[in-house]
Amino acid sequence: MTTRREFLVLTAAALVPAAVEAQVDPNLAANRKAAFQAALRKVLGDAKVQHGRVKLQLPPLIDNGNSVPLSVTVASPMTEADHVKAIHVLTEKNPLPDVVSVALGPRAGRAWISTRVRLADTQTVTAIAQMSDGSFWSDSAEVVVTLSACLEEGLI
Amino acid sequence: MARAVVTVPARAKRGEIVEIKTLAQHAMETGFRRTQTGELIPRDIIRTFTCSYNGVEVFRCDLHPAIAANPLIAFTTVATESGTLSFQWAGDNGYTVTEIAPIRVE
Repeated sequence: MTTRREFLVLTAAALVPAAVEAQVDPNLAANRKAAFQAALRKVLGDAKVQHGRVKLQLPPLIDNGNSVPLSVTVASPMTEADHVKAIHVLTEKNPLPDVVSVALGPRAGRAWISTRVRLADTQTVTAIAQMSDGSFWSDSAEVVVTLSACLEEGLI
Repeated sequence: MARAVVTVPARAKRGEIVEIKTLAQHAMETGFRRTQTGELIPRDIIRTFTCSYNGVEVFRCDLHPAIAANPLIAFTTVATESGTLSFQWAGDNGYTVTEIAPIRVE
């Protein structure tokens, strides 16, 4: 029989690591690199990623990293047989590598999304598209950020 | 108060690809910023956004703290039949907003 105290300790122990993991000091370059690799693995699994078909549009030079227009277009007929299943955007040097994950289907008509993102530093942004046949395609864009988002964190 | 704006063409031809723009009012607090006294401001963001066309989900995305404040999401869908498009944002601290837009397909 589990006492109330034991139960509380166990649930607290089970809940805490997930929260802590997300908050590991993101300022360390090594941590950020590992987080980026982990995010990449989570998206790709064991699959290989090919370059092409995806077009990531970002301004090359940004004054303010707090709001950067970003759009991703994937060359795909978007039919039932051949469409884009998902689009992921990842960054190398943000405190968290994930930016946005989109689930699409043939009803989208066109594989295109547009949004506004935060960028913490001058870095490379990567967009990865997962096709219905299971292949992955990607595109990267180099971005120079003069005033970073999260400036108060000393992330530069 | 939580507000959201969506732009959907009022009418479209059958099979036409329509562009939809959505804007939600939200600070998208990242959880990485600190107050002047050094305390971490807790994360408060919109986690998911979904769009349903007459009840069928046609678009879904997961947002992360790297999305700018007042998230703008633009995407496309095929106008298949007249009806309603419903948009839902859900996030931390029980944030949910639902917006509905009618579309007439000719």
